Amino acid sequence: MSHAIELRHVTTGYNTSVVLDNLSLVIQDGQFAGIVGPTGSGKTTLLKTILGTHPVFAGEVHLFGMPIERLPPGSIGYVPQLESVDWSFPVTVEQVILMGLYATQKRIIPWASKGEKRKVHDLALRLGIHDCLHHHIVNISGGQQQRAFLGRALISNPKLLILDEPTAGVDIKTQHDVLHLLGDLNQEGITIVLTTHDLNAVASHLPWVICFNQELIAEGAPREVFTDHVLTRTYGGDIVIIEHGDHFLIANSTPLKL
Amino acid sequence: METLIEPFQYEFFRHGLLAALMVGALCGLIGVYIVLKGMSYIGHGLSHAAFGGAVVGFTYKLNFYVGAAAAGLIAALLINKITSGKKIKSDAAIGIVTTACFAVGVAIISRLRRFTQSFEAALFGNILGVNESDLIVIGAVTCLTLVTIFITYRSLLFTTFDFDAAKVFGISTGRAQLIFAFILTMAIIASMNVVGVTMIAATIVVPAVTARLLTDSFSRMLILSTCIGAVIGVAGMYLSYYLNAASGATIVLFGASVFILVSAFNYVKERYLYRERTHRHGELVHTHRVGPGHTRQSHTHHQHTHDDETAAAEAPAGKETP
Repeated sequence: MSHAIELRHVTTGYNTSVVLDNLSLVIQDGQFAGIVGPTGSGKTTLLKTILGTHPVFAGEVHLFGMPIERLPPGSIGYVPQLESVDWSFPVTVEQVILMGLYATQKRIIPWASKGEKRKVHDLALRLGIHDCLHHHIVNISGGQQQRAFLGRALISNPKLLILDEPTAGVDIKTQHDVLHLLGDLNQEGITIVLTTHDLNAVASHLPWVICFNQELIAEGAPREVFTDHVLTRTYGGDIVIIEHGDHFLIANSTPLKL
Repeated sequence: METLIEPFQYEFFRHGLLAALMVGALCGLIGVYIVLKGMSYIGHGLSHAAFGGAVVGFTYKLNFYVGAAAAGLIAALLINKITSGKKIKSDAAIGIVTTACFAVGVAIISRLRRFTQSFEAALFGNILGVNESDLIVIGAVTCLTLVTIFITYRSLLFTTFDFDAAKVFGISTGRAQLIFAFILTMAIIASMNVVGVTMIAATIVVPAVTARLLTDSFSRMLILSTCIGAVIGVAGMYLSYYLNAASGATIVLFGASVFILVSAFNYVKERYLYRERTHRHGELVHTHRVGPGHTRQSHTHHQHTHDDETAAAEAPAGKETP
């Protein structure tokens, strides 16, 4: 199996402070991986480094065997954290999804062609947001917002899909729907990497997990990786695993006494 | 009718009106990107930088536009460079770079006092002194800006909305920034002799924010802002003739009045046609924006704000409601 993502001895950070030091990491092509770790552990910095939007002090980042700038446009789909989106910007759901085609279609005319509109409509239908294509992005629910940005990432048929906390700020049903949709996309051959704080969602939906806290602590199938020892090393506190049949839950071992 | 045609007998008015029309449309168009980038004072700052460059150019016997364009472009690129580090925000970068350039101009003028008179038009605007060569420059810059924005519409939109994502998706964000810095500088230099360094910010910002109040679509905002800018320019010129007031100031004041009117219209629309109401659907107690034709189905398209306190009061703790 070839490598979708390969970081070789990467050091990066902000100004003079180092966040990731001499990190090496490989994510295989076709993988559906979740990166978990506490706030400030460098998950978003890691994603930005993979995406090429954060400067690398030392080392190399390769996607599908080459530096990101040599990949053809549209090879990577990216869904940012919803809280980083400028919700006051005057764009509709349709315009957001169309942006995903801007780099791949060398069309000079500003407005969308019939073919582009049909493509957006078909994708929106699959994502269940076809009835709100002409709504402003702030006038839809959190789940629909997540799907609108997922649509932008998917419209160019990427090989790699990277999502920054796609399960944050949405209800448990929407979370479940989004993760199942991502599972279906992975089955179709798209490599998917996401960050999340929701360990239980990762445990129940993702086949591969990477525990990260400024360094790679463990990686593998959730049932193998989510142990008391690994989670305590990752999060620094006492965390317990509760097993219930085929399912297991991760909980803080010292609940607040009220 | 004759009263409306009367000012056209004067060449200065015809020139001024044409200049106001083009500058209004040009600033309205550029203003959309500036307002959405959250850099409303870039126009004000760059015109100051261009002023400093024009003075330096004058001392080397260069054309007004050459010195101004060079200083404006350097300032725009420096601001981009400083803000790309994400440690210094754009308002601070604009403040440092552009006032430094302006200060160079002021320092030179204070040493060589004979220049003072020549730069009054650039500082306060002199729309009635616009000549044919000025009109050619303004017309050329307006056409160049329209064509550039048409061709680069997609990359400029994506870069303005989400810079990092645009880069990931394969947009040449650096090229888009450079192109925008160029047309912005050209637009400001072409406009500064008409409205003046001191009032250029208003002509850029007012049409764009007014258009934003009227639409949620980017393309419609571009068209509306351009049209609003042109109408404000022309109407302001007419008013200045009949009120016998300074043209630049009248254009700006008329623009501000249009903004106030549109804001008031929006307030009335929100207050009476779309009103905030706390209401209940089944077990769900929430505050909801209700407009005409509100139905149960329309809930999927609205943001819900749950009234937690009310809901908590309605549902006893620890029990499932039926």
